[in-house]
Amino acid sequence: MNLPVPALNADSKPFWEAARASRLLIKQCDACMRPFFPPRHLCPFCWSDKTLWIESRGTGTIYSYTVIHRAPAPEFSGRGPYVVALVDLAEGPRVMANIVGAGALEAAVGDRVKLCFEERGEGWKVPQFERSAS
Amino acid sequence: MEFSLRNRTAIVGIGESDIGKVPHLSGLGLTAQAAKRALDDAGLAVSDIDGLLTAYSLTEPFFMLGTVLCEYLGLKPRFCSSLVAGGATPAILLGHAAAAIAAGQASCVLVCTGENRATGMSRDTAVSSLAAAVGHPYFEYPYGNSIPGCYAMIARRYMHEYGITREQLAHVPVVTRQHAAMHPNSHMKAPITIEDVIASKPIASPLNLLDCCLISDAAGAFIVTSADRARHIADRPVYLLGVGECHTHEYIVCAETLVHFGVMESGQGAYRMAGLGPDDMDLAQLYDCFSIVPILELEELGFCAPGEGGSFYAAGHAAIGARLPVNTHGGMLSHAHAGATGGMLGIIEAVAQLIGECGERQVRDAHTALVHNEGGVLSSNCTVILADQPR
Repeated sequence: MNLPVPALNADSKPFWEAARASRLLIKQCDACMRPFFPPRHLCPFCWSDKTLWIESRGTGTIYSYTVIHRAPAPEFSGRGPYVVALVDLAEGPRVMANIVGAGALEAAVGDRVKLCFEERGEGWKVPQFERSAS
Repeated sequence: MEFSLRNRTAIVGIGESDIGKVPHLSGLGLTAQAAKRALDDAGLAVSDIDGLLTAYSLTEPFFMLGTVLCEYLGLKPRFCSSLVAGGATPAILLGHAAAAIAAGQASCVLVCTGENRATGMSRDTAVSSLAAAVGHPYFEYPYGNSIPGCYAMIARRYMHEYGITREQLAHVPVVTRQHAAMHPNSHMKAPITIEDVIASKPIASPLNLLDCCLISDAAGAFIVTSADRARHIADRPVYLLGVGECHTHEYIVCAETLVHFGVMESGQGAYRMAGLGPDDMDLAQLYDCFSIVPILELEELGFCAPGEGGSFYAAGHAAIGARLPVNTHGGMLSHAHAGATGGMLGIIEAVAQLIGECGERQVRDAHTALVHNEGGVLSSNCTVILADQPR
């Protein structure tokens, strides 16, 4: 089965459309200047409704992770054991992604990671992370 | 003066449905069975009930479950609603029932939950529908995380920051299973060892199958009334002394840290209302959907220092007869888990302990109990403190 493509709503559409072009966008408040994730209509820190999209540099560290052995849905069952991680971006916000690529199953808390993109159907791409050579 | 619910209400009846695989009953049927048992336990008539509160059901997802249950049970109450805060719901419902009674909106509230999660849906559907319910639909779903995966990331970060060990985690399901074996209604009673937990099938590292709660058919119910009325109804009413809540996030990606949650603020709210602290508790029924959870709850609720929940379990302090008996019925790891009913059964066990009807698993001199329920990924928290006397 194919891995799922992103679901779109008014909050998520700009994020996933940027990902199609291999860009990771996060939101930043134009009043208190704090970046945040997931994107939403107003800043969760100061409630300003003046928010901007900024492009992440795509570097971060693993805050925590797990190796999924029992997939939650049939789409993921064929993937074998895979890593789900919470990655703290250099800009501050935390995102969820898979750790992919060489040595992914040896991921550890504190590992430095860098952004890559994984193709899903219909031209969609999802942001993923690979372990950086240290 | 701050309005307080302390000493205003009491639980006068409790009931558990048949538990495990109960294919001859629907989720509503299980709930009705538990409600009837609670009513009989209280010695009340159906006409005495003028309020009903319930939670939600994934197996029978009625839009207006509270009203559906009123219809199913033939009730026409003046106070009714269904509330969805995941596993935190039952403790919150107890607080809402007490507030409604204190405000005169109802005099006798039936609080009931139930689902046929074992036989009402396939195991695959149970796993995927929970992942869909607790994972962020727009930003987490594409990555294939699971509910155990969420709690596994908490366990992993806990190990990193506090050095708790895989073996310490395993002590939680082992002692909990020992307690379940002493309850006639438990879903799983066969003894397990530390080695069994560590050798059980990996689900989401570092959590294995035996670190995860059960999927059961189960329902529970209790009846709340005013403290004044309770004294005339029950030989041994169980009083609500304190209730506290804290809601901090929904999805794990938005949790500020994975080593501190709203459990602490929830517990502090309950302690403050009760005028009591952790040292006053004779037992605790903690949420134990995964082995890591009661460990961090022990810490946040003040029963041990941060980072010491694992060694608390490994030292045997959570066993019946020890420093603080935890999950004396076997918890969600071994007694039963079916949606909101997991936390519900913790409340029922606390009441059963306080009125002294627990047989071989009875905690001696049990006068005061704490129950903590949490929903989502430690997202919604509610703590209640119960006692056999007003304080």
